Parts: sequence; structure tokens; C-alpha cells
Amino acid sequence: MTAGSKQAAPGMKTYVRPIGSWWLRNSFYRWYMVRELTCVFITAYAVILLWGLMRLVQGRPAFDAWRENLASPSAIGFHLLALLLVTYHAWTWFKVMPKTLPFISIAGHRLSDRTIIALGVAGAIVASVLVFLAILLSILQAAP
Amino acid sequence: MKRSNKPVFWSLFGAGGMLSALIGPMLIFVTGIAVPLGFLLPRETMSYDRMRAFVQNGFGKLAVLLVISLFLFHGLHRLYHCLHDFGIHVSTVLKAVFHGLAIAGTIACIYLLSRL
Repeated sequence: MTAGSKQAAPGMKTYVRPIGSWWLRNSFYRWYMVRELTCVFITAYAVILLWGLMRLVQGRPAFDAWRENLASPSAIGFHLLALLLVTYHAWTWFKVMPKTLPFISIAGHRLSDRTIIALGVAGAIVASVLVFLAILLSILQAAP
Repeated sequence: MKRSNKPVFWSLFGAGGMLSALIGPMLIFVTGIAVPLGFLLPRETMSYDRMRAFVQNGFGKLAVLLVISLFLFHGLHRLYHCLHDFGIHVSTVLKAVFHGLAIAGTIACIYLLSRL
């Protein structure tokens, strides 16, 4: 709830209960927080790509400088961490899919939760392999 | 009653969540680790000429736009929910700022793509 501000009369002060580090209380909360914080990495990754696109518009020296930065240890470190966290995001995304999708029935049988999760994970593996192969093929085609 | 804009932003959040769950890790691996290090893929995979050629065709433009825009909508939507978890009150203004940033990023992306 984002309450407070919406319900209180304008100018009226409402008591806001301070919340401490509640996410440290147990491992369920901790993993919830890890999942929520994956969004920082997804956002940052999108910004890095957008930045690269801008450098691409600016011309060859600018773009090459951006690529040079990508090879720096801190950039590699960031991407390694992002890889880990976004993979965790993917796993949690598929894990809740039975709850976020509407019921799917095939021939009168509802798809089980396990099937939906398995389909999600399989879909991600297939999509990722296809992306990698497409990139690899484009490179092989270019080579004489 | 005023119509809520929640379904719109939630759909974009969901689309970004799905896209990043399907290919996010692979994209990060390719553009952030494999290519910069020349590991499994040559560093020239993301050369200036190849990247320009990629975004000069319609498919490449669409792919870049979908990834950047939907990742932003997903990430920024979740980020403002995170603020609430940390005890920061999320006002309507702050919410508009986060969605506005995603919209601004999308517009910037379309503008940049149109220049290529």
C-alpha cells in the first residue's frame, strides 16, 4: 500500500512507522530482496546499451571508446554480477508463472504448476541458444 | 471514476520481465562478457561496422528498441516498488518520475535509432 499520502487530508501529518532492516529477519525475506534488487541490474544494463547506441550514432571513435570501456575489469565485474542476478530473476519469474498466468487447459486437463515452470525454463534455454547461434552464424557468414 | 494507468505499466513491466527472463542472461553474457573478452565470440562481433549494419535494418532496430525499452520499464517499475520496501514513501510524483524515466529512455532510443 502506498497509503498515507492518498488518504490523509492535505497538510495533515500522518504517523509513519519507521521500518528497519526487516529483510534481514529471515531467508525468505532476504531472497525476496535479492529478487527485487535484480531490477537495478536490468535497468543499468539497459542504460549501458542505450549509452552504446548513443556512442554508435556519434561515430567510430566514440563507439570504439565505449567498447574499450566494456572490456575494463569493472565493466566485466558488473556484467558477471548482472549475469548471476538476472539468471536468478529468470528463475523466480518462471517459478511464479503458475500464479501469474491464467489457467491453461489442454484437452480438459489443467496444466500443472510443474509443467508451466518446466516450459518456462525450457523456453528460456531454447531462446538463449537461438540468440547465441544467430550471433555465431552472422560471424561465420562474414568470415571468408 | 478515473481510469487507472496501472494495467498499462504492469503489462510493460510484465513484458520486460518475460523478455529479460528468456534472453536477459544470454544478452548480458554476449555483450558484457564474451565479446569484450573475445571468449567464445570474437571481439569483432560488436565492431562499429557490424553494429551499424545491425541497427540499419528494421529487425535490428526493433530488437534493440524492445530490449532497451522493455528492460527499462521492467527495471524502473520494480525499482519504485523497492523504495516502498525500504520504507521510502512512494508518492504519485515519484511514481511518475520512474515511469517517466522509462518513457524518456524509450523516446531517446527511438530518436537514436532514427539517426542510424
